[in-house]
Amino acid sequence: MTDLTQQQVRERIERRLASRHLKEKIFRGLGIASIAFGVLAVAILFADIIAKGSGAFVQSDIQLEITYDPAVLGIEQVDQESLTWANFTGVIREALRERFPDVSGRAEKRELYSLVSTGAPFALRDRLAADPELLGQTEKVWLTADDDVDTFVKSLSDSRNGFRGRTSDRMAGWIDQLLVAGELKKRFNSNFFTNGDSREPEQAGIRAALVGSLFTLLVTLMLSFPIGVAAAIYLEEYAPRNRWTDLIEVNINNLAAVPSIVFGLLGLAIFINFFEMPRSAPLVGGLVLTLMTLPTIIISSRASLKAVPPSIREAAMGMGASRMQVVFHHVLPLAMPGMLTGAIIGMAQALGETAPLLMIGMVAFIVDVPHGITDPATVLPVQIFLWADSPERAFVERTSAAIMVLLSVLIAMNASAVWLRKKLERRW
Amino acid sequence: MHKRSLSKKLVAASLATLSIAASQAAMAARDHISIVGSSTVYPFTTTVAERFSRATQFKTPVVESTGTGGGMKLFCQGVGENTADITGASRRIKQSELDMCNGNGVDVVEVQVGYDGIVLANARTAEPFQLSRKDIFLALAKEVPNPDGSESLVPNPYKTWKDVNPALPAHRIEVLGPPPTSGTRDAFAELALEGGCKQYDWIAARKKEDKNAYKAICHNMREDGAYIEAGENDNLIVNKLVANPNALGIFGFSFLDQNSDKVQGSLIEGKAPTFDSIADQSYPVSRPLFIYVKRAHAKVIPGMKQFLAEFTSERAWGEDGYLADKGMIPLPAAKRRQVVADVRKLNALTNLAAKQ
Repeated sequence: MTDLTQQQVRERIERRLASRHLKEKIFRGLGIASIAFGVLAVAILFADIIAKGSGAFVQSDIQLEITYDPAVLGIEQVDQESLTWANFTGVIREALRERFPDVSGRAEKRELYSLVSTGAPFALRDRLAADPELLGQTEKVWLTADDDVDTFVKSLSDSRNGFRGRTSDRMAGWIDQLLVAGELKKRFNSNFFTNGDSREPEQAGIRAALVGSLFTLLVTLMLSFPIGVAAAIYLEEYAPRNRWTDLIEVNINNLAAVPSIVFGLLGLAIFINFFEMPRSAPLVGGLVLTLMTLPTIIISSRASLKAVPPSIREAAMGMGASRMQVVFHHVLPLAMPGMLTGAIIGMAQALGETAPLLMIGMVAFIVDVPHGITDPATVLPVQIFLWADSPERAFVERTSAAIMVLLSVLIAMNASAVWLRKKLERRW
Repeated sequence: MHKRSLSKKLVAASLATLSIAASQAAMAARDHISIVGSSTVYPFTTTVAERFSRATQFKTPVVESTGTGGGMKLFCQGVGENTADITGASRRIKQSELDMCNGNGVDVVEVQVGYDGIVLANARTAEPFQLSRKDIFLALAKEVPNPDGSESLVPNPYKTWKDVNPALPAHRIEVLGPPPTSGTRDAFAELALEGGCKQYDWIAARKKEDKNAYKAICHNMREDGAYIEAGENDNLIVNKLVANPNALGIFGFSFLDQNSDKVQGSLIEGKAPTFDSIADQSYPVSRPLFIYVKRAHAKVIPGMKQFLAEFTSERAWGEDGYLADKGMIPLPAAKRRQVVADVRKLNALTNLAAKQ
């Protein structure tokens, strides 16, 4: 009787085995397909950004023979005062006219002058300030080319996206001459990493935004981590379970889902209008982002506190430890990896925010690199947004390049979260 | 016991952090100019700000792009370090805004810096359009006067330009333009649509009865596909026009100027949008650009006077100045001289009618 039933059961199982295996395979296949889809999407995004943005890391320079002629400069000696008013633009124009002597007519000259960046006179000023002996001398100098020239030169090597844009045939001819003579070269675009924002793409950089992001995140971390962890410990280890703590819990979960612009409005009303803090400052930005990241940190900290087995607490209590000793000597060290992971993810979220910063004046044109948390500053994602909105063609590649920088910072932060977890994690 | 002391400590610690932060902020005196306002004026103020700081020892002004209305709100908040010094505006200040400013103790100095033209353009491969503002209103408004001549409104029935005006080509009406969030769209509605709309006396009469209803009639764009929102990116509109020679596009004059090999501006009331016709205001869809300066700040914030001097210098706003390169249309020479003289005196604006 029993044997027979076993036999039957066995037959039934064998009959269904093939279809069960098939279902298993389909399920696994779907999993792999969804991961492949995700990886593909990321790969396309990265490829697009890198293809568009890699151009921004090189910049064209034009070599000119500059004569620091006191008559053209309109100065007699080199000092602070005279350098401010010296006509370095005139010196560059003189050099351009000498290089292309057959250019005549107002319109044609205007085009010729537009080959060199408007930042070039300031580069010459710095050279002369560093070496006053140069006054009256002639030297060959590499000067930054205008963004239109740069875009044109880059398009020469890329026949698919060849872009003439604002470069006339005449200008193209001059550029060809310079290229043939080796007086126009591409170099690493260090401006991109050392300058703040600029209206001229060839002079624009991400330094100010990067430093601004750093200060803002520093304020956010210094405030949100201690407050978030303290709140989590109290709610998890001390607070009684009653209607009040339930209410608080519901509100914390709610806050985590509030659109970030609301925190910006709150920041404007409280920090700027009531506490009279300065506009556009990383301090205020950090405070606003603290409000935004606190729920994330509290929730993840509570989760990691919950994950510490009660046996640890009971054992410590049994040895006569006070509740505070239990928390600080035993529970907190074990929960720390999870808390840090939560904090880093919260920070990464804060790094990518623009909406709340709009209200507190951090969506702004910032040229000077900030030196403290009360200096006016902007942040990386805002810089990307501002450049993406600009009409100048050369900002397209700079936008993508800035995205690359932002992504690498994010990847570094998230990788460190994984690394920390791996390193500190304890398993039971 | 433990519970209470720990939470007390935590509260104390967080309060201390906040108050330290606050007092630090209050101590820091502002040494840079703070500029807010219109996104149309933003490219010009930022250009001046950059040149100004490079040529002088002052810090670079901080320029926020808040829109004209948002800028006015921030600007008129009051006098003090935490309020803006200058606001850019792509229209003149309103009496209500001026009242708000004066009510908060803010004396306003008006500086007209230039003009901006809005163009209706099509691809160079097609024939240029010759439009009147009435044509534009009839072609693009959501509701138009009944074609039978009665004083009532009907949903826009016109399908082709020829329906609107027999002199125009028989193309389907297809206009690409910015979304409602854009200032260019507002200005276009106000100057072109309303310009045609108020030529109907019975609609103009409604302005006195019900301003909002009048505005709704004159400013609302049709939503049946004839007007296509093409996003804020004007470069994109230019490229779409090249691909579709039958379409028209709405954008700022500087984009026409930079893409004159690809697109051409339509003639409006017989006037082509050119540098000169916008400058002498004969082209009807052009608007003045202003910056408004807080008089009380001019002496307090370092560099204010020098910044204004740079903005109103010939190398900046002159006919060959760097702002013209960026697409701003300069004022006539006589007007420029007059504004420079006014700016030196820093005369406050009290009544809008007094100085037009």
